[in-house]
Amino acid sequence: MRRVTIEGFAEIPPVDRDLDHDEVEGVRITTAGALEQAGLGRDDVDFVCSGSCDYVMGRPFSFAMAVDGIGAWPPKAESHVEMDGAWALYEAWVALQCGDIDVALVYAFGRSSLCDVGEVERMVLDPYTLAPLGIDSLSLAALQARSLMEAGASERDFANVVARNLRAAGEAVDVQTLLAAPLVRDPLRAHDGARRTDSTAAIVLRADGVGPAITGIAHAVDAHHPGMRDLTRAPSAAAACAAAGGTRGVEIAELHTPYAHQDLILRRALDLSEAVQINPTGGSFVADTPMVTGLARIGAAARAVREGAGKALAHVTAGPLLQQNLVCVLEAS
Amino acid sequence: MRPCAVIGIGQTHHAAKRPDVSMAGLVREAVLRALEDAGLDFSDIDAVVMGKAPDMFEGVVQPELYLAGALGAVGKPLLRVHTAGSVGGSTAVVATKLITSGVHERVLTVAWEKQSESNAMWALSQQFPFQPPTTAGAGGYFAPVIQEYIRRSGAPAHVGWQVAVKDRQNALKNPYAHLKIPDISLESVQASPMLWDPIRYLETCPSSDGACALVLSADEAGCRDPAWVHGTAIRSEPMLFPDRDEVNPRAGSDCARAVYAKAGITPDQLDCAELYVPFSWYEPMWLENLDLVESGWRAVDQGVTALHGRLPINMSGGVMSTNPIGASGMIRFAEAALQVRGRAGEHQVDGARLALGHAYGGGSQFYATWIVGSEKP
Repeated sequence: MRRVTIEGFAEIPPVDRDLDHDEVEGVRITTAGALEQAGLGRDDVDFVCSGSCDYVMGRPFSFAMAVDGIGAWPPKAESHVEMDGAWALYEAWVALQCGDIDVALVYAFGRSSLCDVGEVERMVLDPYTLAPLGIDSLSLAALQARSLMEAGASERDFANVVARNLRAAGEAVDVQTLLAAPLVRDPLRAHDGARRTDSTAAIVLRADGVGPAITGIAHAVDAHHPGMRDLTRAPSAAAACAAAGGTRGVEIAELHTPYAHQDLILRRALDLSEAVQINPTGGSFVADTPMVTGLARIGAAARAVREGAGKALAHVTAGPLLQQNLVCVLEAS
Repeated sequence: MRPCAVIGIGQTHHAAKRPDVSMAGLVREAVLRALEDAGLDFSDIDAVVMGKAPDMFEGVVQPELYLAGALGAVGKPLLRVHTAGSVGGSTAVVATKLITSGVHERVLTVAWEKQSESNAMWALSQQFPFQPPTTAGAGGYFAPVIQEYIRRSGAPAHVGWQVAVKDRQNALKNPYAHLKIPDISLESVQASPMLWDPIRYLETCPSSDGACALVLSADEAGCRDPAWVHGTAIRSEPMLFPDRDEVNPRAGSDCARAVYAKAGITPDQLDCAELYVPFSWYEPMWLENLDLVESGWRAVDQGVTALHGRLPINMSGGVMSTNPIGASGMIRFAEAALQVRGRAGEHQVDGARLALGHAYGGGSQFYATWIVGSEKP
């Protein structure tokens, strides 16, 4: 495989409700920022790929106007996935593997404040057999957490995950206080879910550059229906991780965990030892923007490598209960 | 770059409503036909790339997740592409890159739309602050652009009717086509109601339920007559800016020039082309935009683009006869491949060896093309 490096990463810092930037502005600011870090200009970009979701933005073709943000003139080779930007980065990595281009620009945007994220997630469910049951994503997550408890996990384990993430982000938090909070769906409490935010992020990839190198990137999907899966496992995460070269030597892992208990499932699926530092950024409990958070995890892992880590891993998930997973492994150049 | 072969092609019988199948059933119908054509089964496939237009056309968010089982994607990589109307083409381009990059050996790609699940006119007509309203659907958006083409070129009105008749006559030869209008004539097109001046009812595309699937491979994999991908190209430009030429968009012509360069050909070497023509007048417009002829309307008027003309266009009956929006681009790409494989049946162009597939989307701003040939490049 051709060596591909991350040369720039910029994001609009995630907030609960971003009233300062529309998506075109966000895309313009972050793509310009990532290119500046890379020491490249707009004309150097051979391929652009983005990730967003129409239902999150509340409109069809939400990506169409965002093209203004990259200034696609003269016209650009440009594509879009209706997925987290991490998969747009994967598509760009594949394009760079073809060997005929050298620089790719990837961006993603999302807004929790424009939609009811839970309602959007409910509309992902099989429209014939699952959605009509009226089950929402939080209830599904509670079923998964319950399955884990039947396999030996406890509510305290979930609270520990939340506390560890929030402390990493500098928030003072006490497990006992967390456990005193009311249940919203037994056995889950409100803080067990991700903090939904608005943000935009962009990454510049280059063939054989000087930044952190992507030494493995892969993704896979599991069956959709919860009844067809062992909810305590994430086989597609394990498969993606193996295809990305495994976790041997990984010092830092940025995991995408929409719910606290999923940290336990992913540690096992990705075979992460106690020695691995997980989510120094605070992960999803500090910020989780639909369609952006995965690209931001990869950006955070790249930043960790730039700041001295030898090897870092980024993980992103999509779909109900960790149905789809992508793993990206980065190493210092 | 490694070569890429199209070794399996499948599509559904397209119709205004396919109440006999679920979305999964619709997709599965095309996928199983493509696998059967390739002589492969799901275990031979390394990855799946699915495309469709806005999720608001069916009301299911990221339906590829629910379809993972039906697509045979469980345990494998699954990508979801969405680039507006060009998506069927863009999806095939992404799948091609998975092969030419050396990442995978065999890739299944599928594009679909089940428009009867919702109302495409509604999904295409939402209004947003500070943006021009497109409340009259796609026809309302494109009619003024067509008027400008007619003004510039001085084309007579019957050119639009000619395209409408030709495409519907081609569709009669295609067992999968949606619209079958055996008695269509210039008179009946002219007499049909005006929808968006100058687009009459019989000059517009239908709304369809349908799917199309391709099996792409790094080698022949036992296929005796693969179509080889000689080049792909995509281009995008912003929808709105001063002085933008929507009649002859630069992204469209840049995309065509890029794909000719990649295939190492000049456009006059093409034996036929499937162009994304949702309204009759877009045939002469794209003929010029893609450098295929000097005057698009004269080519139509002289029968150049007829099935047995010098440069047959839309042998399948085109988008004018079948339009499951998300699949429409891939159906163009698939028809190009069918032609160079000599497998197009009654709508076969004799001796077709090089064919162009073309798709566009958004406000004439997103383009995807490929050139396929009977010879390995």
